Amino acid sequence: MEVNYWNTGIETLERPALEQLQLERLHHIVEQAFKTPFYQKRLTRAGIKSPDDLQTLADLCKIPFAVKDDLRQSFPTGLLSVDMAEVVRIHSSSGTTGIPTVIYYTQQDLDNWTDILARSIVATGCTSRDVFQNMMSYGLFTGGLGLHYGAERVGMTVIPIGGGNTRRQIQVMKDFKTTALHITPSYLLHIHSVLGEYDTTRDDLHLKKAFLGAEPYSENTRIKLEELYGIDAYNSYGLSEMNGPGVAFECVYKEDMHVWEDAYIIEIIDPETGELLPDGETGEVVLTNLIRSALPLMRYRTRDLAYVHPEPCKCGRTHRRLSRIQGRTDDMLIVNGVNVFPSQIEEVIMAVPEVGTNYQIRLTKSGSLDKLTVQVEIYSKMFTGDLSALDALKGKIKDKLRASITINAHIELHEPGALPIFEGKAKRVVDEREKL
Amino acid sequence: MAHQLTIFLENRPGRIQSISKVLVENNMNIWAFTIQDRGEFGLIKMIVDKPKQAQLVLADLGVACAMKEVLAVSAADAPGNLAKLTTSLAEKNVNIKDAYGFVSPTERKGICFLEFENPDGVDLEETIAGHGFMILGDEQLYEL
Repeated sequence: MEVNYWNTGIETLERPALEQLQLERLHHIVEQAFKTPFYQKRLTRAGIKSPDDLQTLADLCKIPFAVKDDLRQSFPTGLLSVDMAEVVRIHSSSGTTGIPTVIYYTQQDLDNWTDILARSIVATGCTSRDVFQNMMSYGLFTGGLGLHYGAERVGMTVIPIGGGNTRRQIQVMKDFKTTALHITPSYLLHIHSVLGEYDTTRDDLHLKKAFLGAEPYSENTRIKLEELYGIDAYNSYGLSEMNGPGVAFECVYKEDMHVWEDAYIIEIIDPETGELLPDGETGEVVLTNLIRSALPLMRYRTRDLAYVHPEPCKCGRTHRRLSRIQGRTDDMLIVNGVNVFPSQIEEVIMAVPEVGTNYQIRLTKSGSLDKLTVQVEIYSKMFTGDLSALDALKGKIKDKLRASITINAHIELHEPGALPIFEGKAKRVVDEREKL
Repeated sequence: MAHQLTIFLENRPGRIQSISKVLVENNMNIWAFTIQDRGEFGLIKMIVDKPKQAQLVLADLGVACAMKEVLAVSAADAPGNLAKLTTSLAEKNVNIKDAYGFVSPTERKGICFLEFENPDGVDLEETIAGHGFMILGDEQLYEL
């Protein structure tokens, strides 16, 4: 198999040199961290006075873990380490409790991120001759813009179409002879199921490769998609706290994702005790970002469960590989590639006086796509007997949810007391989706 | 004016039964009903002989139930009467939002219930009484 590198030196760097590079970059990040109110307090309390207190990589464990709540508590600038004039990009995700999280990038940070995305794309065998249709959402979500700039750097022909509008997606694939896609697996499955409606067969398309991300799926789904389209599909991993996509990407051998270890330090911990786990054992993924100066984030607990395998890869890269994400340690839901916390839905419902405080979230499949249904109980005292008022109520809840979680939910009204009463919020979620 | 109960019910077996059961247990009689279906739920509209007590009984059951005034009109069961009634209301800018009715074959009399909007606040009694119709209140319905 043909193996291409973007940066041969870094990608095949011997482990000791790679680890030395990690340590050097970690020192720079710690230096940046001391410029933020958040880390000044936290590092001092942990007994770290300067980067020199980290003599080896093993000293990394002196740095306390960071969690999503730290980002929220630091909103908007508690973790910003540069002058705002140096910031050239902001990405943000809606918070679990209304407070968003924000990530800042300097021009250098964006260049660094773009570079590892270019590296990721080249690792899959794509070249400047490929026509790349980027079907992830653009905007504050990192999935769209991240791959966009990476693909441009590789020199691909980039079509920044964004998500949705299936008819147009198929037409554009035909018009410009698209060869590579960035897409969620469920949407790629969905498109196949409707090709016939648009008088299109697989032979009308020129697809060769797809980068799949933003939601979990199985090896069987990958194989199914590869057979349906006659393509190679590559798994990818990233999260906005770590810049976005490109933390780990599969190479042409498609045997799990290389973590770009010059850019990220990966640790796997026991989510209960916080203890480090050896390679091969499944635990929570903890990441330290080594390539972003504007917002230093170290030992960030991703809540994703996976394991690392250290065996050398046939492609010759020395960067270890990360397994598929096996699950989450929290109650985050992934709905058509969008991350949603039940607490976000709860917050919306609690602010609507016409419905009670009991609710249930149901996840089902509508074809290949996820369908989110929010069941609420109408509140007797607010019931007027007017049908159009009930229709308007449904519309209002739907609009508020779309504004909060960017998902079109299906709203169901129920009688007072009809929904089961739960103590914990996790049980309010009924996930009936077949695993992809 | 007559009083109509509007009850919010989920669209599944046994829901209407639970309502009719509790009404009969409390010696209440249903004169007329209609259902508006909206997928996972429906609204059941009812004319019962003791609307205020019925609302309390239903509230005790925990169902959402609203009461509103509707126009109950009685007319002789003769061709053209509905046309006459609706014409007289339309002329006064009274909008009919929902309507249902029944005919008593033995008495040759029709009763219809109208949910209405009366933006100009016209005297409905006067509007339709001139055409030989009678507006019934709860007591008069009960005596039928």
